[in-house]
Parts: sequence; C-alpha cells; structure tokens
Amino acid sequence: MSEKFLMKGNEALAASAIAAGCRFYFGYPITPQTELAAYMAKTMPKIGGTFLQAESEIAAINMVYGAAAAGARAMTSSSSPGVSLKGEGVSYMAGADLPGVIINVERGGPGLGSIQPSQQDYWQATRALGHGGYRKIVYAPSTVQEMADYAYLAFDKADEYLMPVMLLADGLLGQMMEPVELPEAKTDFPEKPWATTGTKGRREHNIANSLYLAPDELERKIRDRQGRYDKIVECEQRSEGFMLDDAEIVLVAFGASSRISRTAVVKAREAGIKAGLLRPITLWPYPTKALEATLDHAKGFLSVEMNEGQMVEDVRLAIHDQRPVEFYGRTGGMIPTPAEVLGAIQKLAERVGD
Amino acid sequence: MAQNINIILSGFGGQGLLFAGKLIANAGLVEGREISWLPSYGPEMRGGTANCSVCLSDEPIGSPLVTEPDALIAMNQPSAEKFVPKMVPGGIALVDSTMTAEVPTRDDVTIIAIPATQLAEENGLHGGANIILTGKLWKERPFCERATLDKALEKTVPAKHKNLLGNNIKALEIGMSL
Repeated sequence: MSEKFLMKGNEALAASAIAAGCRFYFGYPITPQTELAAYMAKTMPKIGGTFLQAESEIAAINMVYGAAAAGARAMTSSSSPGVSLKGEGVSYMAGADLPGVIINVERGGPGLGSIQPSQQDYWQATRALGHGGYRKIVYAPSTVQEMADYAYLAFDKADEYLMPVMLLADGLLGQMMEPVELPEAKTDFPEKPWATTGTKGRREHNIANSLYLAPDELERKIRDRQGRYDKIVECEQRSEGFMLDDAEIVLVAFGASSRISRTAVVKAREAGIKAGLLRPITLWPYPTKALEATLDHAKGFLSVEMNEGQMVEDVRLAIHDQRPVEFYGRTGGMIPTPAEVLGAIQKLAERVGD
Repeated sequence: MAQNINIILSGFGGQGLLFAGKLIANAGLVEGREISWLPSYGPEMRGGTANCSVCLSDEPIGSPLVTEPDALIAMNQPSAEKFVPKMVPGGIALVDSTMTAEVPTRDDVTIIAIPATQLAEENGLHGGANIILTGKLWKERPFCERATLDKALEKTVPAKHKNLLGNNIKALEIGMSL
C-alpha cells in the first residue's frame, strides 16, 4: 500500500483529478471549495496543465465545454450558488454529449444562503441543474478518501458515457482532513475520434453542438441518449450497507449525514434496536435495487439529510411506498448530531414495532 | 493503544491552534488510527475563536465536528467560555491563563490554567504556547506513544520551516514537564 497523507477533502479531490488526467481546470473562488481551486493554481503550471480563474462561473463551465470538445479531461468546481450559474453550460454539454466533471462542495441555500455545510442541492443535482431533461451521474462521497476515489472515477465514467458527471460534496467533506491514499497517475486514456482537434485535411470536420433545428433529428438524438441513461440505471447504481443484513429500521443517508447516521446506528444497536444504514453513493442513478432488497427485513425507513427532506421521495419510489418513510434533518448549514438521529430512530422503532 | 478522544482546540487566529490540531491528527496517522481534523471556517471566525475539531479513534469516525469534547485547549476568553460548558463530564480543559482573565469552573471537568503564552516568551519560544499546551495535554491524556510525537512533528512542520523543529520539541517538553 502506498503512503497515506493527511489532506483536506478539497485538496485530495484536486490531487486525484490530476492523477485521473485532468489537465484543464476552470473555476471561480467561493467558500467552502476554494482550496480545490488553490491546489489547481499551484499544481497545474508545474505539470503542463492549465489553471484559469475565469471571470465568472458561467465563463468557467463554458471553458470546460470547449476543453471537453477538444478531447481534454476538464473540470470545474464551485459551491451551491456558483453551481446554479453553471446550469446552462452543463445542459449544453449534455446536449452536445461532452464529458466533463463538475464539483459542488455544497453550502446553505437558497440564494447566497450560508457558507456552512449543507445538502440542499440534492434536487438540483439529481433533477435539473439546467433545462432540457438531461441526466448526469452524481457521486456522493462520504470521506476524504472517497473524495479522491470518486473524482478519479468520475473522469472515466464521463468519457465512457459521454456526459457530464457531478461529484456532490459539502463544506464538511471539503474542509476536513483525513488520511488519504492517492491513486496512481492514469496513463491509458480512451480514444476520442469525435474530438474537435483539427482535421489536418484527412477527415470530415467534427462538430460539438447542442442545436438541432430539425425536431425529428433532435428526437433521435435524445432517444439515443436515453438509451445510454437506461444502461446507466442498470449498471451504475452504487451504495454501501452498514449493519443492514437484519435491519428493521433502515436509515438512508449520503455524504456527511451518512457519517452521523452510522454513529447513530451503532448507538441504536447498543440500545437493542435493529437499525442499519443504506448509504447511496450514486444519487443518480439512485440505488433502487439495494433499497428494494432491504424490504425482506425492513419495517420502516428514515431518511437523514442536511436539508428539509429532498431525498424522501426517492426512498418512497424505490420501495414503492410499501413501508413508512420518515425524515430527520437539519438545514441551512446546521449539522445533525448522532443523539438527534438516535431520537428519530427510537420514535420510528416505536411506531413500526410489533 | 491509546483511548479514543475528541478534542477541540480554540483561540485567536495566529495562535497556532490549527497547527497543534494537525500535530495531534498526524500522531494518529503515524499510528495508523482513524482520525479527522475539521477547522472552523464559518461565522465563529469573526467572533474571536478560530477552532478545530480533532478525533482519534479505533472505529471509523462519524461526525468530524466535535460538539461535546473530551479534551479542550482554549487560548482565549471567548474560547474558554464557549467550550468549557460543552465538555463531557470527566473531560480535561487546558486554558492559557495569560490570555484568559477569568478561567471558567466546573466540578465535573478537570480545568487546568497554564500561563502558556508567558512560559513560551520566558523560554524564547515566541508563538510556542500552542505546543506547550499540546505537551501538557499529552501528559494528562497520552493520545499516542511518546516517540510518535516526534514523528508527527516532522510531518506537521512544513519543509521550509524545518529550522523550527527544535523549538517545537522544546515547547512539547516544557508542556510535558508541567
């Protein structure tokens, strides 16, 4: 095993993106993700890469579009209000079938909100960051190690499915330090025959474009893309279970709130409640298969989030409303405590207990 | 193996609390334990306390945000007032009495007032009060092996400031002797 370093989540993510072959980073500073941009500013010039602080978030995402169209591995990062500004550009990338990685280190919202950790962008990440009904894979890391691991994977998946991939973190994961083992630098990259790299007089020119004035042509494009989305739903669901095998009370939580939920599950078990945790790692595609599988033993579900319950509907859909789904959360930048979550577990256990 | 411990280090920006927290976290890293280090970056930084949470554990760490510390290093009045009441019974608080006019009291927490800033100045260790207090914390609650501390210091002091390693070791030893 290679050496472990003590790194902030933001820095580990940046280092791992570079290991994944990211050589173009475009961003604009915003708390609590600024260390990521700072790491890129320090490192990119040394390795022949490009760091560019754009004039705005909108400019930054359109630079990612350009670099991706030219076949490069490119990334942008921001925090909640800044990510809203990128919505248009991400939609254009989806419409042009371009790969790229978008990082959201969430803070409280709506509007300028607060600068403290939150998960209030779940809907934005999983539903519609921009217009047009496109999809993107969304990874939700819960440790500094996963910040590194999923940033790395995000580039591969973006290239594989030709789409933007998002990593949804929060201020807690971005700012905290944990031991991390960084991945080896990637050396083999997929061919990109579609990239706009110059024809050199030897082929028809490639076009990166999201505009189709003929609606039948656009419909064909969208349905092709939908075929890829269907495959992703089938093949790319990821989740992790903790004390789940016999769990009667199933907590569902991702990212920072899953860490707190895990502690609460241990405390609940000590108190004699058969609790377990299902942690979605992909928020889209949502891990419906893993959730359905818990119906053999689950009596009730508790969604724990740092928002007002945005994921509850996904849990209900995944289990076809066959069990009660309760919610516990804090919002606006507040972080739930294990004791608060334990209280919610106890309440649900009383409600569904026999 | 040392016990699990949740620590808050708090004071003014510039007193080196984040650095001292990294030193403790690196001690956990050296010993292959589960660790987390989380700095405050929010509104409290404007209210006189820059603080960080450090957890050392043998189990995966849930919330890295310490709300009920087992141990506290407080280097100014607002920090002592804010965090002493939040400590778990049986916990230990080390308060820099040079910087804290009124050291809070609690019957169920061991509170030790140490003129750390004054001690640092007297020993020619300007800015070393944070490490003196860390040395004292180690003596009261040995969170790692003694030899680990030196390795952790080497990891924590940036390469360009290696000349400060000696002063840090001296500050640790002063703290341990208190």
